[in-house]
This record gives sequence, C-alpha cells and structure tokens, in this order.
Amino acid sequence: MLRFIVRRMLWLPLTIVLVTFIVYCAVRTGWHPEETYKRANPRATRAKVEQYLAVNGLYEGFTGYIKGYFEWLWRFIQGPDHWPRSIKGRALVYPPLRYSIFNTLRLAGIASLFGWGIGLTIGTLAARKPGSWFDSIANTTAFFLGAIPPFVSGVALQLIFAVELGWFPVAGVYPPGHQGFDLGLMAKHLILPVTVVTIQVVSAYSRYMRASLLEVRSSDFVRTARAKGLSERRVLFKHGVRNALIPIVTVLAIDIGGLLGGLIITEAIFNYPGMGVYFLRAITNGDIPQLMPYLVIIIISVLIFNLIADVSYAYLDPRIRLD
Amino acid sequence: MGVDDLEALNVRTKTPLQMAWRRYWRHKAAALSTVIMAILLIVVLFAPLFARYGINEQVLKISEGNNVYLSPRKLAWFGTDDIGRDIYSRLIWGIRTSLFIGIVSAILSVVIGTAAGAIAGLYGGVFDDLMMRVTDIFLAFPFFVAVVVARASLGNISWITGIIGEISSIKFIIFLFAIFGWMGVARLVRGQVLALKEREFIEAARAVGASNPRIIVTHLLPNSIGPILVALTLSVIGAIVAESTLAFFGLGPQPGSDSTSLGKLVELSREGAKQGNWWLVVFPCGALVLLAVCINFIGDGLRDAVDAKLDTVK
Repeated sequence: MLRFIVRRMLWLPLTIVLVTFIVYCAVRTGWHPEETYKRANPRATRAKVEQYLAVNGLYEGFTGYIKGYFEWLWRFIQGPDHWPRSIKGRALVYPPLRYSIFNTLRLAGIASLFGWGIGLTIGTLAARKPGSWFDSIANTTAFFLGAIPPFVSGVALQLIFAVELGWFPVAGVYPPGHQGFDLGLMAKHLILPVTVVTIQVVSAYSRYMRASLLEVRSSDFVRTARAKGLSERRVLFKHGVRNALIPIVTVLAIDIGGLLGGLIITEAIFNYPGMGVYFLRAITNGDIPQLMPYLVIIIISVLIFNLIADVSYAYLDPRIRLD
Repeated sequence: MGVDDLEALNVRTKTPLQMAWRRYWRHKAAALSTVIMAILLIVVLFAPLFARYGINEQVLKISEGNNVYLSPRKLAWFGTDDIGRDIYSRLIWGIRTSLFIGIVSAILSVVIGTAAGAIAGLYGGVFDDLMMRVTDIFLAFPFFVAVVVARASLGNISWITGIIGEISSIKFIIFLFAIFGWMGVARLVRGQVLALKEREFIEAARAVGASNPRIIVTHLLPNSIGPILVALTLSVIGAIVAESTLAFFGLGPQPGSDSTSLGKLVELSREGAKQGNWWLVVFPCGALVLLAVCINFIGDGLRDAVDAKLDTVK
C-alpha cells in the first residue's frame, strides 16, 4: 500500500511536467503570440510586440518551445507575483483567476452536495425494492435526464424561468454594478446554474448507487448478515450501503477533478464568472499568460484526484491489493 | 439419458445470439428507441425524399413575401431561420451529417481503444505501463478543454491539417473526437483481456501454438464484443452531443455551403432564445435530446443483451 502510494507520488511530478509541456506546446501552436498580441492591442508598436515576446519567452521553433517552457515553468513555480502578465494591458493574471476559481468552487460545491445527497438517497431507495414503481420511475427519469446535454437543459431552464417567467436573473452572479457581498442576491443568481449541474449529478449518482447496492445485496456477506437475524434496516445500512459506497468514492474523486473543467458549458450559458468563462475568454483573446495557469491547475487537480481515487479505493476495500 | 435421447426430446435450443436478441427486445425502452432510430435512419438515408426543401433553399423567394423567422405553418412545418430556410428540411440534412460524424468518430475511437487495450492487456509489462501512462496523460484533461485546445493547436499545424483536413472541416472534427475518445475503450478492453487471458481456452490456444495477434483477433475480441459494442453506441451519441456543444460555442465544424449539421442548427438556438423565436430552440434541441435519449436507451438495451446473468436470474 505505502509502496504503491510512494511510487505513484514519484510519478506525479514527472507526469505533471510532461503534460504541462505538451499543453505548453499545444497552446503555443494554437495561438500565434504575435498575431494575438496585435489583435488584443491593435495600436501596439513594434517594440511593444518584441517586448511582449521577450518578457514571456515566446521563442519560435522546437528548441525555442523547450527554452520557453522552462522559463515559463521557473516563473510559474516562483508564485503568482512572478507569473507572466496578461496580453491585455499587462494585467496581473492571478487575481481574476482566483476570483473565478472561488466562483466555480461555490457553484460546484453546492451542486455536488445537493446532487450527491439526492442522488445517493434515490439510488438507495430504488435498490431497496428493485422493480417497484419507485425504482422504475426513478431509474427511467434519471436515465432520461442524464441523456439531456447540459447546454440544452441550461438553455431550457434559462428560457422558461428567467426569460419568460422572470423568477430568476438571466445571468451573472450579481446584477451589473453591484458592490460588496449579498448572500440573498447571490443565492438567487445561483439557483438556475446549480439546478443544471445538480440534475447531471443526481442522474449519474442515483444510477451508480442503485447498481452498486444491487450488486452488494446479492453478495454472500449480506446473506450471512440476514442469516444472523439482523433487521432488514440494519442489513441495508450497516452492510449494504457502506459497502456499496466503496466504488462510488472512486467515481466521486475522479469527478471532483473533472468538475473544475466540466462546468464550462453551464457557466457560459449563465455567464457565471467562473473558471469556464475565464477559459473561454482566454482562448478568444489568445491570452497565453492567462491560459497556462488555468490549464495547469486543471491538470494538477485531475491528476491528484485520480491518485486519491486509486488510493481511497484500496484503503476502503481491504480485498484490493495494489502492487 | 444419452445425447440421442436428448435430441429425441426435440427441445428447441437457442443459440447465445438468439438469447441476447431476446434479452434486448425485453428492454421496452430500448425496443421503442430502436424503432424510432430505424425510422430516423430511413428518413436521413433517403433525405431527398423526405426533406421538403433543399439544404439552402428558401421556402419562399424574397420577392414573394417575407420568408425570415416564420413561425411553424403549412409552408414550413418547423418554421424558418434567419435567411428563410426551412428548419424541418435542414434538420433532416443536419441529423444526417451529425450521425455520420458520430458513427465514424465512434468507430475510429473504438478501433484505436480496442487495439491499445488489447495489446496492453495481452503483452503486459513495458507495453502495459507505457500504454496506461499515455492513457493517464490523455485523461488528465476534461474533454471539452482538451478538444478546444487541441482544435486550435492541431488546426494551426499545416502538415497535420494536410492529413486530417482543415480546422473547420467535418473530417477534422471526426479525428479530434477520435483522438480524445479512445481512452475509455482502451481501459475497458484492457480489463477484459486481463480477465480473459488467464482462462483455460486461451491457454489451450497458446498450447496449440496460436500467435498473439491470432489470440487477440479470434479469442479475446469475440469474447469481449459485448462491452465494446455498448461503448461504441455510447460514443456515437457522445460525439454528436460534443459536436453540438462545440457548435453552440461557435467552435464547431463549418460543413460548408452545401451541408449542415445538428450543431449548426443548435447554434441558432442561442440567438433564438434571446429573440423569442421558440421554434429555433425547440426543434433542434428537441431533435438532439431525442437522439441522445434513444441512443442511450439502445446502449442500455445492448448492455442487458450481452449480460447473460439476466437469464439465469429471471
């Protein structure tokens, strides 16, 4: 177990360096720095362009990419104060990124808590009596809702509840021009995007939980528990649900990593100032200094949560051996 | 009772395929979805017969009256778009293109994934380590982020666009989805192969001197065809939805003037929603949801069909 964790931990920095290098090359080839700089700053002088390229180490050619990557990496690990500045007006990259991360975490956190709670409960209830009317309705509904692409449900909810009925604001996290913190106002803006994400989470987790619990219920130790004369309730919760949650914890850890990048669509529809909107703005501007930290954070969180998934699986289920 | 006696009983035996077929049709939602998809396939295959207008044909000449943003009516069943084209006909043409994108990219990613997974699983050792690390790297990006960044990058490298087409072409988008769609299948097939390769019939094949490629093709793949088929179905709809999502953000393929795709039509819904032209939202998005639900149910039915345990339980 420990050996496995250590080995994976040793792999992790290597994977991160390799993946960020690939990403760096992809970003460099995808957005030509000189062209994007001129597009973002139409009246820039030749000297300004040269300065932008030199300061950011945006050299051409394959060896130039390698040199540029390591220069970028060195500045990146020195901390946000040293990160290259945005293509537009040399603005700092970190404050808007931090702001967007917190917005996304808020949206993702609330939606996930609701989604996991509701989804796991529905899954448990459905698996308690497979084939019952509750099971078939819950299962079919979850299946149906899970099949709807998030941008469709997003646009539909926006059209019905924000545009037509006017119950909720159409977009944003505060009305334009709002200053300071206001919980009620924020909650009102969050309801629709949270609903879109929650629908996805509920439909996925209710089905995971149902399948997992059904599998556990047919296993020998549940039969033994029944044979011991335990109440059905105790069998279900003490033996059933706890074991059924093991594979779900794995999926959950992987999902958290993916969630950060996966909310782009919902955020874009509701113009919610999270990481998705940050990403879309950065790619439209070809803003390499803004794009790189975003991608690195996404990659690191996915890789770390994948590792947590593997380790937690082995930790929770002693039947699994990692070597 | 000997074999002869058993044959004399005249019991109708079923082949595994027949049993799978029966399990499939017992899944009511999958059966209904299959019928809907069959009708849809016939409609899009013979699109010229069913479409009322050509792809770019206007329902009315502008000289004969207003043809822009008409609500649904006899002239245009699903209304018209910003330049007076019939949404109903364009949907048929669009679904045709989108199904093509979905099916081809699904086949490509399943072929890549199966090959990678089978080789990793059977050969093991360095192959396996390498393949799994490569899979990890590909899985380190959320799909949408990966596709958007790779699209910009690959679309700017001239020798790559020489092979897989220009950035706005359908060919390009198919390759893009294949590149980022194979990892799930690879893991699945690897798992299947790891489980199967210790079984006696593989040992027997090895004992009579079968080569590794032969073992993969004649023994391992036929025995894991079920889950592969399910993955194939789900990646068809995955690609269709992905194309629409990209198009919704203006990053989709531009199929050119003589073609359209579901994504191009879904793109309209963004403007449509703001202007209150509901038919621009309802019909394209409705078609996408119908496709998504049907293909997902078909995948679910296939999962039942390949699961022989269901027969012993009931």
